[in-house]
Amino acid sequence: MKDNIEKTTIVLFSGELDKAIAAFIIANGAAAFDQEVTLFFTFWGLNALRKDEHVAVKKGFLENMFAKMMPRGANKLGLSKMNFGGMGPKMIKHVMKKHHALSLPELIELAKEQGVKLVACTMTMDLLGLQKEELMEGIEYAGVAAYLGDATDAKVNLFI
Amino acid sequence: MNSDKIVDAKGMACPMPIVKTKKSMDELRSGQVLEVHATDKGAKNDLTAWAKSTGHELLSTAEENGVYKFWIKKA
Repeated sequence: MKDNIEKTTIVLFSGELDKAIAAFIIANGAAAFDQEVTLFFTFWGLNALRKDEHVAVKKGFLENMFAKMMPRGANKLGLSKMNFGGMGPKMIKHVMKKHHALSLPELIELAKEQGVKLVACTMTMDLLGLQKEELMEGIEYAGVAAYLGDATDAKVNLFI
Repeated sequence: MNSDKIVDAKGMACPMPIVKTKKSMDELRSGQVLEVHATDKGAKNDLTAWAKSTGHELLSTAEENGVYKFWIKKA
């Protein structure tokens, strides 16, 4: 076993299902390589961390609009190509099941189990009006400095 | 070839074969051999890269009827 632990950091900026799946597959793969993995969620990527159920929190008008218009959780994300008004994600989920590929919620669970650090960007949470209560348990909250702290000594840095 | 533990990753898609391999390898002691069975077409390149990066020794590989087999010795 090697003494020096390698690191991988991934920024998930996008809020589409296919891109989130790619990010989580790489994160899980890197964790299986005994690496320390940080997945940093910012802007639309934060939607992958939202709880599916409605959480009653106090919000302003704009924040409420954002909350209604953005997908609520990993199961509701659309595709970046061939979304077809929501039919695309249904088809891809069907095909994934057929090929025994893990679903996005399963990939997220696996990442947590493997010790992948999931970090929500607090600045964009404020912009989109997302509050801690609306995001899943077991994640961390930080800003660009914490991300850079991890990324500086990581050999793999991805922006998805 | 003898092995101390077998991982059945047949039918599993990326990234499960290496995730399962890693988990099983964690349960072995240094010098023990893990045998991995997989059907994913990328398995050969994936497990070779995994062994190289994690420092374990890929002793041997084989292919029978579309099943890839690997023997990896724990470092």
